Amino acid sequence: MKNNNRVKTISKNKLLDNVIYLVLLGLIIVTIVINPKFLSFTNLKNILAQSSVSLIVALGMGMVLIARGVDLSAGRMVGLIAIVSATLLQQTGYSIKIYKDLPELPLTLVFVLMIILGGLFGSLSGTFVAKFNVPPIITTLSMQLIIYGIASLYYDRPPYGAQPIGGISKNLVKLSTGSIKIGSIEIPYLIIIAAFVSFVAWILWNKTVFGQNMYAVGGNPEAAYVSGVNVFKTQIMIYAIAAMFYAFAGVLEVGRIGSASTNTGNAYEMDAIAACVVGGVSMSGGIGTVSGIVVGVLIFTVINYGLAFIGVNMYWQYIVKGLIILLAVILDMRSSKQKK
Amino acid sequence: MSENDRKYILEVKDLTKRFSGVVALKDINISIKPGTVHALMGENGAGKSTLMNCLYGLFKPDEGEIILDGEYLELSSPSEAINSKIAMVHQELNQVLSRSVMENVWLGRFPLKNGLIDYDTMYDETKEIFDGLGLEIDPRSLTGDLSVSNRQMVEIAKAVSHNFKILMLDEPTSSLAEHEVETLFRVIRSLSKQGVGIIYVSHKIDEVKEISHYITILRDGHVVETGKTSDFTVDQIITKMVGRELTERYPERKNYVQDNIMMEVKDLENSLTGLKDINFTLRKGEVMGISGLVGAKKTELLETIFGLRSLDNGKIFLKGKEVSIDSPKQAVQDGFALVTEERRRNGIFKDLSVSFNMIISNLTSFLQNGLLNNSKIKPVVAEYIERISIKTPSDKTPIGNLSGGNQQKVIFSRWLISDPEILLLDEPTRGIDVGAKYEIYKLINQLVSMGKSVIIVSSEMPELLGMSDRILVLSNGRQAGIFDANGTNQVELMSAATKYL
Repeated sequence: MKNNNRVKTISKNKLLDNVIYLVLLGLIIVTIVINPKFLSFTNLKNILAQSSVSLIVALGMGMVLIARGVDLSAGRMVGLIAIVSATLLQQTGYSIKIYKDLPELPLTLVFVLMIILGGLFGSLSGTFVAKFNVPPIITTLSMQLIIYGIASLYYDRPPYGAQPIGGISKNLVKLSTGSIKIGSIEIPYLIIIAAFVSFVAWILWNKTVFGQNMYAVGGNPEAAYVSGVNVFKTQIMIYAIAAMFYAFAGVLEVGRIGSASTNTGNAYEMDAIAACVVGGVSMSGGIGTVSGIVVGVLIFTVINYGLAFIGVNMYWQYIVKGLIILLAVILDMRSSKQKK
Repeated sequence: MSENDRKYILEVKDLTKRFSGVVALKDINISIKPGTVHALMGENGAGKSTLMNCLYGLFKPDEGEIILDGEYLELSSPSEAINSKIAMVHQELNQVLSRSVMENVWLGRFPLKNGLIDYDTMYDETKEIFDGLGLEIDPRSLTGDLSVSNRQMVEIAKAVSHNFKILMLDEPTSSLAEHEVETLFRVIRSLSKQGVGIIYVSHKIDEVKEISHYITILRDGHVVETGKTSDFTVDQIITKMVGRELTERYPERKNYVQDNIMMEVKDLENSLTGLKDINFTLRKGEVMGISGLVGAKKTELLETIFGLRSLDNGKIFLKGKEVSIDSPKQAVQDGFALVTEERRRNGIFKDLSVSFNMIISNLTSFLQNGLLNNSKIKPVVAEYIERISIKTPSDKTPIGNLSGGNQQKVIFSRWLISDPEILLLDEPTRGIDVGAKYEIYKLINQLVSMGKSVIIVSSEMPELLGMSDRILVLSNGRQAGIFDANGTNQVELMSAATKYL
């Protein structure tokens, strides 16, 4: 308690609030030190591309978390959409085409249809939460099971039974794995798409009435109601729009992997939640930013990729991920406790 | 040097405490003499609670020193404070109501015999302390059965059992009746004679003048003055607390009541709460006060009007047309605003910015091409911050960092931005310092001068008498009468408040 602790305290606080960004930096540095080849443009490109689909799912999840909810059905939603869109986008002439007489549908149409489908399921979740007050964890847990059941019924049918759906339209594959050439640099389309989706999310969260209502409902639902926010409508929209994000990711995933099965998307919600938490989304609601979630996703992708790159046993990933999640939440708790 | 020779039993030197950019306390220097009652006064937001929490180990000072009986203290928790012989009796008593009095006194340090709790010793020791304080409370009685004042006495006894050197009392008389205050003062005086230091925090200047030997006045986080109580007059204390001459507590009121009837409430009823047969009219430019005891359902009346509770019977007319308000959103659209009683619970979004808290009820008015426009938001927020003197480091500061009074001002701004016709205010000045209260009164007068109508619910009768045109008294959910504020007094209002008990 001596004088001039002031400077120390301020910089210490700022440090702790931004630790998570420093952790990311640290991980990258460690990996580079061990294997300098990590710092190559190709690698960075791959990391960003790999993060792209998870980022889109995480952005959807972020909305639900900010609103003090959780969405355990995200992964299965990605899976359902992957399967349905895959069946609609198989190349004509493919030997195991599900809908033999279906022409190759325009990509845009499929995207739109899938997003609408996602929105419908999301609204259902939102309705259970908003109208019947079923806690989000229970609602989405149930939806997770229901969606998986529906996906399985759709997937495992005669005449081909339970087989991964392949022969995906070249257009979709190109979209998810191709790149645009600017001069001598190749930028994967996925990165551009993810950046665009992030931008859309940012506008939605920060510049629309709906976005501010979302923060209000998450920050203090009672105060939101008293302030004239339509909490009911906002809740439903949050889950619906989040599911649209998952759906969009689902179609992209089909192109990225080249096929779809009932395994697609399995447990994606876990990574999404982890990325959001690490990215500063507060468990108590009302707090979260797009940029934070982007960093959160990158941290996990770097862990996955980096550890593999330096030859660490991939099971270490789990331990590292778990520790990072704990660290992030400890810091979150600390910063909200300090305000008292 | 023996304890009795030491000049001060507690010294606070150059203590400074910050919360994320907001300086709550700056260079606080206070010295408490043993055997004295030292009052700590100041408006809310002046730093009294923060200072006490620093002394009680709840907050860690950023700078400065605390010296108790010659020893430097670094406290990181209330239990360390208690071990250092600093005791505190909070305004909200922290007691286990379902346990006996003696168990509450000895919580955490029950006397043991052969490893098991020794209830006989506990009883004897508790009785001894109570006798020493002249209290007639049965140590075996259930704490929840005691009156608030007796429960307070139990808290003090607990502190005594710790052999405290410093006892801090936070607004100890806020829930006490006059004769109970007498008992408290007797106990304080007898404790003080034993050479301990007592820090007495209170807004009630008359009591402070009676019980304390010294007064320290805080304002905006620093010490304005410390001196012998006998050297201060009441007016001097108030002046030093607010920093300006306060000749009147309420701004001068003119009659702005117009003839047009803004709202008519007929036979309003809400079955769940017992609100029944409420009938009144509200004119343009009128301030209608709502008075009544705790449990009279004053808040519930406002909530029913605002659409938070259902209108089970009766009608509400706005400018002659019947309206059906089933949600706050509807109420806002119809021109209502509600400033709630418990801003922390349902008023503020504590982790979100001042700007967010201000604009949330009115987002559509800040849109440009369908998107929220910062160049529309920022000037409006800045205008209100200046207009009603909201003290905040910036418009991005989380509202939770602001003092209660400033939070309330932000809530007010929120509703002013929506330009309502009728403002419903539920205890608008509760927990707010004298200076901010005056500003809010001025604001209310300004609003009615512009033709708005205001309904104020308040448990402070002087406030209603000073600010209303008419006062409606509720008693147990029923209407006990409507009085002309100029022609009535506290006795008449109180008598009406007891009509349907």
